[in-house]
Amino acid sequence: MRVLFKTSYDQDIDLLVLPGERMRVGALIALAILAPLLLSSYYLSELAIFFSFALAGIGLMVLTGFSGQVSFGHAAFVGIGAYVHAVLVARGVPFPLALAAAGLLAGGVGAALGRAVSAMHGFYLAIATLAFSIVMETVIGAMEPVTGGHMGMPVPGIALFGVALEEAWQQHYLYLAVLLFFVWGVANLMRAPTGRAMIAVRDSETSARSLGIDVRSAKMTAFFVSALIAGVAGGLLAHQLQYLSPETFGVGMSLKLMLMIVVGGLGSISGAIFGAVFVSFLPNAIDALRALMPDGLVSQAGLESFIFGAFIAAFIIFEPDGLHGRWRKLRLFLETYPYYKRATFIRQKRYLKTGRFR
Amino acid sequence: MSTLTVDGLTVAFGGIKALDEVSFHVEPGEVFAIIGPNGAGKSTIFNAISRIYTARAGSIRFHGREILELPPHEVVRLGIARTFQNIELFEKATVLQNLLVGRHSRVRRSAWREFLFLPGVRRGERAARRKVEEILDLLDMQHLRDALVCDLPYGARKNVELARALCAEPELLLLDEPASGLNPEETADMSFWLKDIKEELGVTIVMVEHDMNLVGRIANRVMALAGGRVLSVGSVEEVQSNERVQTAYLGAAA
Ligand SMILES: Nc1ncnc2c1ncn2[C@@H]1O[C@H](COP(=O)(O)OP(=O)(O)OP(=O)(O)O)[C@@H](O)[C@H]1O
Ligand SMILES: [Mg+2]
Repeated sequence: MRVLFKTSYDQDIDLLVLPGERMRVGALIALAILAPLLLSSYYLSELAIFFSFALAGIGLMVLTGFSGQVSFGHAAFVGIGAYVHAVLVARGVPFPLALAAAGLLAGGVGAALGRAVSAMHGFYLAIATLAFSIVMETVIGAMEPVTGGHMGMPVPGIALFGVALEEAWQQHYLYLAVLLFFVWGVANLMRAPTGRAMIAVRDSETSARSLGIDVRSAKMTAFFVSALIAGVAGGLLAHQLQYLSPETFGVGMSLKLMLMIVVGGLGSISGAIFGAVFVSFLPNAIDALRALMPDGLVSQAGLESFIFGAFIAAFIIFEPDGLHGRWRKLRLFLETYPYYKRATFIRQKRYLKTGRFR
Repeated sequence: MSTLTVDGLTVAFGGIKALDEVSFHVEPGEVFAIIGPNGAGKSTIFNAISRIYTARAGSIRFHGREILELPPHEVVRLGIARTFQNIELFEKATVLQNLLVGRHSRVRRSAWREFLFLPGVRRGERAARRKVEEILDLLDMQHLRDALVCDLPYGARKNVELARALCAEPELLLLDEPASGLNPEETADMSFWLKDIKEELGVTIVMVEHDMNLVGRIANRVMALAGGRVLSVGSVEEVQSNERVQTAYLGAAA
């Protein structure tokens, strides 16, 4: 294994200290910057949708991956963000302000939900968040005068400081900048006390308390940040969808977000990105598979949801660390070849775990 | 004034009294050991101090301040840190991260400043690391700093938990069976560290421990507990020779 000799605390604190890491991230960013030269505007707008989902995934990662609070209703926050943003922009509010308002409002609703469910765990939390998203979907549908109800509402184009961004490449850079800003921000949060408090709450609420962490307020912070990011993602997504209707932000999208972070690997930012790539390509893969499937199966409603669900289950059972974990193992294998032992990643036999608290 | 004064502490689960009017006090700078057969209520005392369990009656005062009025997360701010019998570490985090969480009660936080990583945040991180680094040196754990806790063997975890508690700069340390599950060599290390912690850092220690050898080596006073009641308090010899203590142990063994 490569050992990095650290010579100052700052090396511990800084992001991307390993040269390999720097190169990979740099290459990805360079690729994203060059994308408009390489892709047609159709694919650029597909990429913008991908950026929006990746951002929402990072939001969910903060909540589920870092803070251990499962949410099967995160699409509701994306929806709140999308509607708030679209409504404000339609009323002439400048894009940056509308996007900020979308994030803050979604974050506020998230914090309130977080407070309400702060004593819940596991299954109950999953049900509560699911119920919340169903309620939100209904509320959005019922607020017809503002949201257009189930008839939907059109989303105006993007204008930044009076300049209309109509070209796909212009929007591409805007979306990329927002995504990178939040990736950077979340990475910052996770190397600071607030982020560590989230990890502490995830791994042991009891000892988090005994070390001075107010568990309820840590959960509310996690819900706030997570919902805020999802809301901003919703604002971005709205412009790409061009037309909003409440059903778009239903259970299907929540499931998709959950799949992203589980497949990518809970507890890592790169996991959310890997997962978003995977989930974006999955529908294409499913379409390709459709050709091979018997007719009866292809015409079944909900085939896609079924496959999403199956993937979540499979990853949880076979690779709980997700693609990110796979990647770590692969890298270790290459670096230590031929000395790699499978045992490196097999957990030590657990000692008696009776009497553990929550 | 005593560091810790427990008075008439009663904790009950349903009809069963895990602690029945337990009273004792801990003096500044001493190592106070609590012994007793399984189910005596030893851990329950710690859990009542940490406010994980709610006391039915009694009081727990730290320098005269009533702890039973505080929410759980404020206890450590007074200067009381603890370890757990079953080890409660943050498993999917590194040793360093675990210890930094130990600093939580001593650092200022602001989510949005941290999100933007303003210069003050970096200064805070450096300061936290300086303290953590001291503790890593004290417990001879530098080589573990970047390891994930879930990859560590049992003995190392015990030390990490002790280190994490020390990072809170406690005045009073509650240790629930610090030597259980350790081999003789590790136990010897532990007893040296506890001495260092007491003498160099001036920390007052209350520990639950079954290993009478360790208790004899470092404890100033011992309290024996059985069935939620105090049987005897005094020096190690006094308590060991106490008749009621002997019957309690024999009774438990029989
Ligand atoms: N959460 C709980 N719910 C119900 N009963 C409990 C709980 N915690 C402890 N008890 C009971 O309280 C009594 C004292 O338990 P405690 O854990 O304090 O014992 P102990 O002295 O620490 O024993 P050990 O040496 O096994 O750790 C036991 O009878 C136990 O069953
Ligand atoms: Mg116990």
